Amino acid sequence: MSARRTRVRPPAVVVGLAAVAVAFFALPLAGLLWRAPWSSAWHHLSRPGARQALRLSVICSLWATALSIVFGVPLAWMLARRAMPGRRAIRALCLLSMVLPPVVGGVALLFAFGRRGLAGQFLDRWFGVRLPFSTAGVVVAETFVAMPFLVITVEAALRNLDPRHEDAARTLGASPWYTLRRVTLPAIRPALLAGAVLTWARALGEFGATITFAGNFPGTTQTMPLAVYLGLESDPESAVVLALAMVAVCFAVLVALRDHWYGNLRQPGIDG
Amino acid sequence: MSLEARVARTMGSLQLDVDLCVGDGEVLALLGPNGAGKTTLLRVLAGLAGVDVGRIAIDGTVVDDPLAGRFVPAEHRSVGMVFQDYLLFDHLRVIDNVAFGICARGASRAGGRAEARRWLERVGLAERADARPPQLSGGQAQRVALARALATSPRLMLLDEPLAALDAAGRAELRHDLRTHLGEFGGSTVLVTHDPVDAFAIADRVAVLEGGRVTQTGSLDAVAAQPRSRYVAELVGVNLLRGEGRGGVVRTTADVAVVAADAPDGAVYAVIHPHAVSLTRSAPSGSSVRNVWPVTVAEVGRLGGRARVRVAGPVPLVAEVTAAALAELDLRPGDEVFAGVKATEVQVYPA
Repeated sequence: MSARRTRVRPPAVVVGLAAVAVAFFALPLAGLLWRAPWSSAWHHLSRPGARQALRLSVICSLWATALSIVFGVPLAWMLARRAMPGRRAIRALCLLSMVLPPVVGGVALLFAFGRRGLAGQFLDRWFGVRLPFSTAGVVVAETFVAMPFLVITVEAALRNLDPRHEDAARTLGASPWYTLRRVTLPAIRPALLAGAVLTWARALGEFGATITFAGNFPGTTQTMPLAVYLGLESDPESAVVLALAMVAVCFAVLVALRDHWYGNLRQPGIDG
Repeated sequence: MSLEARVARTMGSLQLDVDLCVGDGEVLALLGPNGAGKTTLLRVLAGLAGVDVGRIAIDGTVVDDPLAGRFVPAEHRSVGMVFQDYLLFDHLRVIDNVAFGICARGASRAGGRAEARRWLERVGLAERADARPPQLSGGQAQRVALARALATSPRLMLLDEPLAALDAAGRAELRHDLRTHLGEFGGSTVLVTHDPVDAFAIADRVAVLEGGRVTQTGSLDAVAAQPRSRYVAELVGVNLLRGEGRGGVVRTTADVAVVAADAPDGAVYAVIHPHAVSLTRSAPSGSSVRNVWPVTVAEVGRLGGRARVRVAGPVPLVAEVTAAALAELDLRPGDEVFAGVKATEVQVYPA
């Protein structure tokens, strides 16, 4: 018989359910495209408010991603490689904000870093730093909810990495720091990149913690998701256009990273 | 002495307790079954783990001595290590793998690469300099790993089953290369293997590690001639019996008398080569064979024109017979036969 016969046909149920899933993802996008006021799209996008929100979103989410890498990679390394007392508890604590309702996270941030907060009162008194309702506050809120995505991705990659590669580096005379820079981090580069993209996407879409902790001030703390949500009441057309702009930005990043991203998924884990 | 090590370390159920001395230019092969502590010992010598009790000196420099509060970590020891599965850095080109150690010790990238290129030429892989490790064959990868380790000019080389992951052809080729490069290497070498062929080809001396202790050491010929453990006996393919010698007769631990030509009194080992064991269907009569035991065939294995027959009984033995003899006797597992050994074929030495 023909070669086609040798291919295993998936069960009809699987095909059907998978098709429903695809439709479920495709329909909302189609909805946006359907309602978009194409003729006035440029007008909505070029309004100062929209441009500010877009700019703020990009800047704050990139800052949050950078901070997540700077602090999250060392945290992931400690969780993966060091047998610390209470490691499970520390991990649970650091990943909590990923499952917490973002609004609750925002409230918690207020009590910690607010002007009268646990740490915030000292920040204010000693350094004159007030995080709530500032652009820095947006970055703090986004980092708080997004960093766990980087930590779990990088920790998983470190656990899959054979630590004997690091042993080999050390017998070659590499200090722990040199080993980390030249062996460990390059080896987990795909996971680091994937984690950074997830983190960035989460930060870009952050809404609950941001509006609770940083408020909604156009130009300083009003990011795209806030602008979209509030625009829905006052100016629905503008909201749809802003939403589509976000879709476009995210889509562009996914396409740009496609090779790394899927390459990472294809690549089998390193054997232990 | 270039390496002097007295190592005691407990790791789980393993209690490692070893004394080793390896001279300049000497290659010591460490033979032993799995779980004997070979890899742990290498890691301790490399500085990837420490001793609980003991002292390690490389080239006269003490690198580990808990009593003196001294421990030099791996990156500051002059040690090169080669692993069974190469452990090359896949994200670096071959040349940068070899240059890694040179650069880690402070050389410039260009300087490291120049030196690395010389080493790649020595191991015959100059044309693969720009390849990535996953593109190499196993033998090539291991030669890169060898060059990478030697390029740091270590005083001590540690090789952890470097040939175990290779196929037969690659193994023979690399065995030859290892002998060449380790022969030119001026420092001490410890080579872990469980193939006596490797030890014979590469090493000057062997030490047998079993259950965390060195049970035998010396030239491979000496160790093979007088095995002192079942592991070594099986490794060199002979039958080993343990017993009590008295008046030319060895009484084994299973209380069977084995007649030997020359047997010292006291605790002894007796070695019988498989080719000295004859198998017959009926008890031989009027024969000069002094040792005849009724046995049961347990296993028959053929290899080319010869066959090895394992028999069970009061004296468990392996007999080597020709394929023709095997066919004539028609031996099958469970058959009752007689095993005969001439007294002159039993070599006895004090335990």
